[in-house]
Amino acid sequence: MAVLKLFESELKVINIGLESFKDSLDDKGVKAVQADFRPPLDHDPKLLKKIRANASKISAANKSALGRILNSKPALVGLNRAINVIPGMKKDLILHAGPPVKWAEMCGPMRGAVMGALIYEGLARNEKESEKLAASGRIKFSPCHEHSAVGPMAGIISASMPVFVVKNEEYGNYAYATMNEGLGKVLRYGAYSPEVIERLKWMETVMYPALKRAVELLGRVDLKAITAQALHMGDEVHNRNRAGTSLFYRAIAPAVIRTASGMEQAASVLEFINSNDHSFLNLSMALSKACLDAARNIKYSTVAVVMARNGTEFGVQLAGTGDKWFTGPAPVPDALFFSGYTKEDANPDIGDSAITETNGLGGFAIAAAPAIVQFVGGLAADAVGYTMAMYEITAGENNAYQIPNLDFRGTPTGIDVVKVVEKGILPFIDTGVAHKKPGIGQVGAGVLSAPPEPFVKAFEYFANKL
Amino acid sequence: MIVKTTVERGAYYDSVSLMKAAKELNAMHGVVDSAVVMATKENKGIVRSSGLYNGALDKAGDNDLVITVKARDQKSADAALEKAEELLMKKSAPARGGVRGGVKAKGLDNALEILGGANMAVISVAGRFAGKVAMDCLDRNMHVMLFSDNIPLETEIELKKTALKKGLLVMGPDCGTAIINGAPLAFANAVNRGGIGIVAASGTGLQEVSTLISNEGSGISQAIGTGSRDVKKEVGALTLIQGLKALAEDKKTSVILIISKPPHPEVLARILRETAKIKKPVVSVMLGGDAKLPEKKDFYSARTLEEAALKAVYVAKDGNAHKAKERLFDMNTASRNAAAAAAGNKTGKQKYLRGLFSGGTFVSEAQIILRDLVGPLWSNVPMDKKYRLANSLKLRENSVIDLGEDEFTVGRPHPMIDFSLRNKLIISEAGNPETAVILLDVVLGYGSNMRPLEDLLPAVRTAFKVSRTLSIAASVTGTEADPQVRSKVVEGLRQAGVLVMPSNAGACRLAGEIIRIIKRKS
Repeated sequence: MAVLKLFESELKVINIGLESFKDSLDDKGVKAVQADFRPPLDHDPKLLKKIRANASKISAANKSALGRILNSKPALVGLNRAINVIPGMKKDLILHAGPPVKWAEMCGPMRGAVMGALIYEGLARNEKESEKLAASGRIKFSPCHEHSAVGPMAGIISASMPVFVVKNEEYGNYAYATMNEGLGKVLRYGAYSPEVIERLKWMETVMYPALKRAVELLGRVDLKAITAQALHMGDEVHNRNRAGTSLFYRAIAPAVIRTASGMEQAASVLEFINSNDHSFLNLSMALSKACLDAARNIKYSTVAVVMARNGTEFGVQLAGTGDKWFTGPAPVPDALFFSGYTKEDANPDIGDSAITETNGLGGFAIAAAPAIVQFVGGLAADAVGYTMAMYEITAGENNAYQIPNLDFRGTPTGIDVVKVVEKGILPFIDTGVAHKKPGIGQVGAGVLSAPPEPFVKAFEYFANKL
Repeated sequence: MIVKTTVERGAYYDSVSLMKAAKELNAMHGVVDSAVVMATKENKGIVRSSGLYNGALDKAGDNDLVITVKARDQKSADAALEKAEELLMKKSAPARGGVRGGVKAKGLDNALEILGGANMAVISVAGRFAGKVAMDCLDRNMHVMLFSDNIPLETEIELKKTALKKGLLVMGPDCGTAIINGAPLAFANAVNRGGIGIVAASGTGLQEVSTLISNEGSGISQAIGTGSRDVKKEVGALTLIQGLKALAEDKKTSVILIISKPPHPEVLARILRETAKIKKPVVSVMLGGDAKLPEKKDFYSARTLEEAALKAVYVAKDGNAHKAKERLFDMNTASRNAAAAAAGNKTGKQKYLRGLFSGGTFVSEAQIILRDLVGPLWSNVPMDKKYRLANSLKLRENSVIDLGEDEFTVGRPHPMIDFSLRNKLIISEAGNPETAVILLDVVLGYGSNMRPLEDLLPAVRTAFKVSRTLSIAASVTGTEADPQVRSKVVEGLRQAGVLVMPSNAGACRLAGEIIRIIKRKS
């Protein structure tokens, strides 16, 4: 009988609750570990019973979803204009980050970026015209995510913008993202002044053709391999992309030189990539999108395939619930601010970049990025703590992305919304912070936990459908 | 007067940390009252009734932390809010190198990874979450000690049935103490190991019996708590019987001791059927009822915890309980002698005893002993419903009250930890001219108040100043190996003038004898 066996074994205790109970065991030399407890997110307890009753179906579906995410082989296979490749792209359509949002509800930086894009497209000449046009109803808005695309921060993509074309070579689906503009006054943070538009035009006329030809020459650039290496080199490829950018640069530089129209074009493009540590971010996002889209429409799966924010709301989509968005108010990140700015200036969380976390990168892999632990309390142990917590809410561990500091354990991958609700542990995201007014740009970088509402809504919708 | 409130969304803290924080805030200059609680519906009600409600609470929910302060002025309120943040932050941010004695796991599965082969979960999270956590632990093949209370009876039954199928123990809910393989779980004492195995439906009862056995020189093999509802008809003593079976087979256990409240008759019959099968001596104490269990070969019954402890000790030693009877007689005589000495100085008005207990089982034991000495007793948990106090804090004639009852513990730490309410009562009852004796329990051990003398003696000294002819009788439940060290506490109390007896039963007899002598004189 098992109780007798207990009497004959060494007692090993997991203490959940009052820590003083563990202290007494420590005093007595009894092996004990304190397990952190968080209450579950508020939900209807009857639904959890339904989920339990279907546990084996759900578990099989989640295994399948995770399998597809992990088996995916994302590679950069080309560049093209949005209008030519993005499904459903139109001249009067502007794609934006996060879940659907109307012009009237858009936050400052997203409005600024929309205005900039209209000026960039030649649809408006100045601030006044572009604002009027955006509000007129003649311009349509749609989430990037509904068009196989992703965009950082405001995430604005307009028809003529060049985009990376990332192919999931295992499953044949594609994902798209613009090229990263660098830091400072940039469109993705809502800046639309002439210098911003000029830079975008330079990227369109000089950088885009150079990179397009270079990728054509190479055929493909294996993004999964670059990301796996970048994690070994201290990136988590959301808030730190220095290693990923360097590796991409090494992969692309000879081809850029070989195919450039002249030395100056090659040099300026390579300089631009080299000077922008976030060059790789848009690729890490696109590759994540390509992997996660492969796990869509798996019945009974509770794995998240999208986490995205539009600066007003935070949205989630699940593998098992089709195109339905589950949303809640976007929180303001807890950040370190550039000098001169405070939390008062910060816009609520914005951007599709949380697709990296959804794919087991970013905040989920922060233990691999000791260089940026200032964002999470300053200790390497804090970063490890955040990654460790994410293992509690994921369907499994990554087969390619590893954390050296955890003895090369795979990153926690495949957010399971049931675990999020049951355990009350919310996905952890590290991110840039935009100024809440358009045109100012980035004011800091920091971390946040996803808000509970979208996960509870997704959980309840899923369970009610069972 | 000003009420200031902050709400922190999604910040969870266990209730003990919160109550500790509130206690410190209330001690601050200029602070009139405060609440530091999770914004559950019940807590919001409490906050509202204490006049601490503020519109900021409307939107706060179960997972939001509310700090609300009533203060004399803005400055005091701000200082208190700041202090609360500081206290709670300190708690949530472990020092460099993690929590004491190793890392803190991120959750149950992480804890299992860190501690390979974990076989026991001690659960003390809020009741509304605890059932689910316990089930998760059973799913992972761990035995469970469920300290949490306020768990629905159906949940308890579901847990225990699940556990039984898997051969696992569920000790609790509302299980205050257990000793497994010598390890004290939750509120337990550091007792000797030995041959006496205990199954107990009463936490305080288990502490008293295990310490008496240890102080008598014997020891405990295992002490299994069952939770107080285990002997109810609906639960059917699932854990108690499972524990009996395990102890019956355990080679290190030579005598089995059962501590319980009077079970439902059907349940009692089940228990007796089980004990009849056991080939080891069994001692049983079922406190609070009048049911007399027949004594037969290898089956001993006891009226008090003290009697049960002594019988178990001497049955284990000698194979019979003769010596236990001698010891009890000696202890009775000692109580009587002490009473005779203490009764001499009482004024004509001093007629009654007032028992202020932190352990519920001690109140039952007190009533059983004292009703024979002084007649029926008023209480908030009376044996006879006729004697229920209309107001639990308005004591009359001979009264014994349980300060660990829910009516006193909502939003406040248990009286074994926080003496402040009892201290107030000690002083106010000392001031009542009819009070001849105040009767107290002091419970030591892990989880209890770590500075019992510092917290209790000021009230005792004030009480003696208020009434020079007062007697205070007390027992100290604990051992020399407990972190508070029993002999130090006993010595400190004696020096202050408290009459300390070796057991709660002894202290009750002493108090009762004093009243009897006074009665006889008048």
